[in-house]
Amino acid sequence: MTTGQMVTMDGNEAAASIAYLTNEVIAIYPITPSSNMGEHSDEWAANGKLNLWGTVPEVVEMQSEGGAVGAVHGALQSGALSTTFTASQGLLLMIPNMYKIAGELTPTVFHIAARALASHALSIFGDHQDVMSTRATGFSMLSSCSVQEVMDMALISQAATLEGQVPMLHFFDGFRTSHEVSKIEKLDNSIVQAMMPEAAIAKHRLRAMSPDRPVLRGTSQNPDVYFQSKERSNPYFDAMPGIVQEQMDKFAKLTGRQYKLFQYVGAPDAERVIVLMGSGCDTAHETVDHMLAHGEKVGLLKVRLYRPFSAADCLAALPTSVKKIAVLDRTKEPGSDGEPMYKDIITALTQDFMSGQGRYAQLPLVIGGRYGLASKEFTPGMVKGVFDELSKANPKRQFTIGIKDDLTHLSLDWDATFRTDEEAATMKAVFYGLGSDGTVSANKNSIKIIGEETDLYAQGYFVYDSKKAGAITTSHLRFSEKPIRSPYLVGENDAQFVGCHQPIFLERYDMLDMAKQGGVFLLNTALSADQIWDTLPRRMQVQILEKNLSFYVVDAYKVAREAGMGNRINTIMQTCFFAISGILPREQAIEKIKYAVEKTYGRKGRKLVEMNFTAIDMTIANLHQVAVPALVTSTLERPATVPAHAPEFVRNLTAIMMEDRGERVPVSLLPADGTYPTGTAQWEKRNLALEIPVWDEKLCTQCGKCVFVCPHSAIRAKIFSADAANGAPETFKYVPLRSKGYESGLQISYQVAPEDCTGCTLCVEACPIRDKSNTSHKAINMAPQPPLRTPEGENWEFFTKIKDYDRTKLNPAAIPSAMLMQPTFEFPSACVGCGETPYIRLATQLFGDRMLVANATGCSSIYGGNLPVTPYSKDQNGRGPAWNNSLFEDNAEFGLGMRVACDSLESYAKSLVKRLASQIGDDLATGLLTAVQDNEAGIYEQRERVAALHEALKGIDSSEARAMTDMAEYLVKRSVWIIGGDGWAYDIGYGGLDHVLAQTRNVNILVLDTEVYSNTGGQNSKSTPVGAIAKFAAAGKPTHKKDLAKLAMDYGHVYVAQVAYGAKDVQTLRTFMEAESYDGPSLIIAYSPCIAHGVDLAYNLRQQEMAVKTGHWPLLRFDPRKTEKGENPLKLDYSAPSMPMQEFYSTEARFSMLFRSHPEDAKRFLQEAGYNARERFRHYKELADLPGSAPISADTPES
Amino acid sequence: MIDLSTSYLGLTLKNPLVPSAGPLTRSLDSVKRLEDAGASAVVMYSLFEEELLKEERMLDRFITNPSLGHGEADSFFTPHPNYKSGLDAYLEQLSKIKASLSIPVIASLNGVTASGWVAHGKELQAAGADALELNVYYVAADFNQSAADVEARYVNLLKSLKQHVSIPVTMKLSSQFTSLPHFVKQLEAAGADGVSVFNRFYQPDIDLETLGLTDKIGVTSSKELLIRMRWIAVLFGKVKLSLAATGGVHTRDDVLKLLLAGADVTHLCSGLLLQGPELIGQLLDGVSAWMERREYESVAQLKGSLSQQHSSDPVAFARESYIRVLDSYTPVTKAWQ
Repeated sequence: MTTGQMVTMDGNEAAASIAYLTNEVIAIYPITPSSNMGEHSDEWAANGKLNLWGTVPEVVEMQSEGGAVGAVHGALQSGALSTTFTASQGLLLMIPNMYKIAGELTPTVFHIAARALASHALSIFGDHQDVMSTRATGFSMLSSCSVQEVMDMALISQAATLEGQVPMLHFFDGFRTSHEVSKIEKLDNSIVQAMMPEAAIAKHRLRAMSPDRPVLRGTSQNPDVYFQSKERSNPYFDAMPGIVQEQMDKFAKLTGRQYKLFQYVGAPDAERVIVLMGSGCDTAHETVDHMLAHGEKVGLLKVRLYRPFSAADCLAALPTSVKKIAVLDRTKEPGSDGEPMYKDIITALTQDFMSGQGRYAQLPLVIGGRYGLASKEFTPGMVKGVFDELSKANPKRQFTIGIKDDLTHLSLDWDATFRTDEEAATMKAVFYGLGSDGTVSANKNSIKIIGEETDLYAQGYFVYDSKKAGAITTSHLRFSEKPIRSPYLVGENDAQFVGCHQPIFLERYDMLDMAKQGGVFLLNTALSADQIWDTLPRRMQVQILEKNLSFYVVDAYKVAREAGMGNRINTIMQTCFFAISGILPREQAIEKIKYAVEKTYGRKGRKLVEMNFTAIDMTIANLHQVAVPALVTSTLERPATVPAHAPEFVRNLTAIMMEDRGERVPVSLLPADGTYPTGTAQWEKRNLALEIPVWDEKLCTQCGKCVFVCPHSAIRAKIFSADAANGAPETFKYVPLRSKGYESGLQISYQVAPEDCTGCTLCVEACPIRDKSNTSHKAINMAPQPPLRTPEGENWEFFTKIKDYDRTKLNPAAIPSAMLMQPTFEFPSACVGCGETPYIRLATQLFGDRMLVANATGCSSIYGGNLPVTPYSKDQNGRGPAWNNSLFEDNAEFGLGMRVACDSLESYAKSLVKRLASQIGDDLATGLLTAVQDNEAGIYEQRERVAALHEALKGIDSSEARAMTDMAEYLVKRSVWIIGGDGWAYDIGYGGLDHVLAQTRNVNILVLDTEVYSNTGGQNSKSTPVGAIAKFAAAGKPTHKKDLAKLAMDYGHVYVAQVAYGAKDVQTLRTFMEAESYDGPSLIIAYSPCIAHGVDLAYNLRQQEMAVKTGHWPLLRFDPRKTEKGENPLKLDYSAPSMPMQEFYSTEARFSMLFRSHPEDAKRFLQEAGYNARERFRHYKELADLPGSAPISADTPES
Repeated sequence: MIDLSTSYLGLTLKNPLVPSAGPLTRSLDSVKRLEDAGASAVVMYSLFEEELLKEERMLDRFITNPSLGHGEADSFFTPHPNYKSGLDAYLEQLSKIKASLSIPVIASLNGVTASGWVAHGKELQAAGADALELNVYYVAADFNQSAADVEARYVNLLKSLKQHVSIPVTMKLSSQFTSLPHFVKQLEAAGADGVSVFNRFYQPDIDLETLGLTDKIGVTSSKELLIRMRWIAVLFGKVKLSLAATGGVHTRDDVLKLLLAGADVTHLCSGLLLQGPELIGQLLDGVSAWMERREYESVAQLKGSLSQQHSSDPVAFARESYIRVLDSYTPVTKAWQ
């Protein structure tokens, strides 16, 4: 037996490490939370890491999970050992092929970070809905409960599938296991080798397609033999459980870890037993141990091999003493009379019972419950709650645990304060940080240090919120002398150590709820130890005193600044943790932290190593214990999350989610169908900006560029009559409007939303006006936010209440006036300086009151629709975009469906108008039917007519009139927008996009092109330019970016444009106007600088300019309406490349890094990029210079 | 046969033409072309302190510690194992250049702070540099720093570097020292093996279109030579360290004048960029022909013969020449008037 090396890693790495060693072809596609498995494989392959057979596995990125599984199928059929990794919707896309792979008895293992499915809402979090959807495919299903098991089962499943030829899904809980960092025993290569069945591999090779042994597989069969053929494979499935158990036994001999298909834990004479699978097993195991120690006769059946389901093994594992069983399913099948595993257990018991020789004289009572959907917490208290339910004389047959169901009353109560002895004995720490402050990486580092330098076991789990900017992270750490079996968050009153890395959290979260009696509270603050006490909220003071907490402060930002580390506080806070917790002797800890720093940066970051060392040394001197006074002195109460005048829905539900207390929301409070109000982002005041822009109204020429570039719609312009400013706050700024063409006496104000601005500085960057005597002063300038927060907040309130100017009088084709239109997309949680959001904001300014949005999954669906709030909002008339996200892959089709529906219902409405014409008045009917709605005024007039129609319908009582009432809104023009990123448009959704382009329907497709999969972490897409580094293209993308515009132009009838708002704002504006006005498919490909480019987004506008000047990003418009007029439809809006590509490439890490890792390739790619840019220009120029062709007419000859 | 050899930083060079740190000393190909054209040594392009730091910070921000903090992505780039830092890339290039050339290679360090980056000198030495040029590219625009503080910065950096290396070190100086001779003496005392005069600072310019600043550096012209010539002439013979003239050397006459003033070597950069490496051969031919015509035997013979020390008109290099220039706005008869 080999004792492996102890390492700390997460579940994804554990799975990938075995998959990599035991496979030759790995086909991947990113999807949370499984992306990391593919990334690890890609990274290892790029590093030349070898598999068991001494080759570097081929890692291929595909265009979708459907593509990945197709490639795996092909690789398997051609004799390679092949695997893939996926989750959720990705697994659903694999299902068709999984039937094939299983039907052909092909050995493979798919490793799944099991995740919820998108239904009423998308969720990236863990449960078993995805794997449960594959039950019918014929794949075996093997479940892992912990990071250690992930590594073990990855190997066991690989061995078993090879032996048994039945393919396997190896799954573990998304995030909870895939992302939990844990100290585990690594499987030595010799063990992996020993588990690989040589003969079976040889057999797999021999079954491969080969022209030397030609066969036909994949026939099409008729009624005569299909059925029998289907039955022919039964023996393989029948044998599979035995084979898996054999491999488990073999594995036990090699490692000492014995697994069973169904593993029973608990009293041999237990009367109450819980059955479940996945990470919840560990929680239940810990709880059962505790209950046993306290004299209760309970047990737990861990289901490992779920398919093929071996009823015999299942029942054999259950003690005959069992009287009541609760089966917990981490899934939901709406409308079924029980979840799948519950039914499997009942079937097993009843079949056994019906045999007449069953194990049970009387059938045990079996109840079924759902738990843990989308990573809902599953704690020992809940396990205890289920056992308590089983103790009742008449337990609920169907139940849920972990939520409060006040609607259908299925939920069980549980004791939230219940703790196991095991849990009580572990050391626990909780850290609150910002995503950007490095708290998570510091904690991962601490776990590594403790895990690898001491005998202690360590566990880390990290909770992120979904915001891209200002995201909050909570780190939950456990350390123990015994292996840790607690896959749930650290509970209230449990943490011996609470670290708050951001002082702003003091006013937002009740962090000390987590602190244990006698624990430690560490606060990063600029205030000194003797100043801090009086500034704490009252509740916090009370908790510090009542819980007798030791309280420490450190000014980590000061230390970081002085050590030259800018705002990096991770090593400083880490040093504090070690210094206070005493988990390692202080000197040793510091030595280890320094060692870790050195290992992290190595030769590549020697200056950073020095700076970190300085910071570490300075930290101890700056860490002070606060002499806690005996009395509560504070009167500060945490401010209300939302003001009293917020809408009821926001007060009752949204605010609770904002406070991070959504766990407490009962079922009845939630919408049944996933429908939420828009306009909610305004209630979440995030106060991210240290500095915000301040308008110099005297200098300003009112050009509107600041509004145009704002990624968060946090600066707005409005015009109004002077009397509208009556009662304005004292500091509210407004000046006479300079533009001509309006009635006289109008005033204009540019107003910043001080608590919503993220401080990206792009408005200042865009401002073209400088003070003549001091060119560093512009018409808009950054200034510290805190003193402005209250006065500007009041000004903002006032500004938003001023009546919007009449849209029909504004010229949407000119920026100064277009920017007076109010956006209905505001304060998205996108990255500071995001390059995508200005395009969406612009669309809503121009068309928001009539927009339907189909949004592909990705960044734009996350900042667009991730709860608690949405940036999509309403105008003063209550109109605004209606938004929905279907899937990643079907967005174009989804949007097309919207268009077709609108067209169809418009026809219906028109037919009703015709039918009711005499009753509503012929003039009105004619007006409604012949309305020209190609501008704001036309739309306004039609809305007036529709209002008149409603008025007229009031007096008519007929079914047609009632239908007309419902349909009337379709008489007003609707603007359908299909929005998504390049991952969607160029890759997974390209087929659909292409099909929609091939139709003639009036849809507006906006591709927010970041040239990489941004949301899942920067994977290469077909939009990624040559020479760029991306995940899955670590050695630089060797091929050119797909020219989507060219492909679309080829249709001839599609309006196509490429825009970059930071390079040519007017062209962007015109494009949006033209695209929307075109009565057919329009495609706008919008250059969107992204943090994944490796450049600070403060340079967003500069990067766009460079992209255009170098020819990297052509600006063009192709308008089929011109063809109809006999003109050339193509117009180039950029000049011949005038800047060397190198100047652009050297400013972005995605390109420049390649010069350090692959200088020769990088040079060649750069040369190609420059050449391509010039050639593309030349080619486009020739096309654009061609004279127009005479349009087709009746006289046009056929040949 | 004219003996063009010269001694610089203790190295014997076959002639006084040494291409200075610039674009042509980046690639192996162009360095080879410089050697083939007759260069007696090369100064490699500079290893910039800020560039190293900037790159490390970039690496930290985007790769090592991206700290994105959202659940779906914790990074955007995976570091490639082949990734080399700017320092490693420089060292590798230095080794390659050294291995492919037979002439000495002078490596160049460019930076201004006492943060310890000069310690990299040791690695440059290990990579094969025959000597080092320390370019303290420091614009003294800090109102709190006295002239003495500025000088101390140079001296301290030099001392610090000398602790790490045993190969010769030359200091590249700016022209803006209050008392250059006194300062050079200090450098000599601190261990400098040579000085190179003068650095050219990027001069910001104003773009009237954008009302912004531009900072592109242009090529030099021979006009910039005179200030260098003066100070070489002043320093020659009064200090033992080597003297290099850099900036404005384009023609045979430029080279000769600098040698006559006392330069041990003359650096070339703009001239090479404008006319290609072949310029070196033309200059060498021209210098030889001139010397032959004048019956000079060797560079050693003419070096410094018109320095302040040896000049028949020593005041020409000092303040009085200014007065004379003002007084007699007539064509000069002597070389310096």
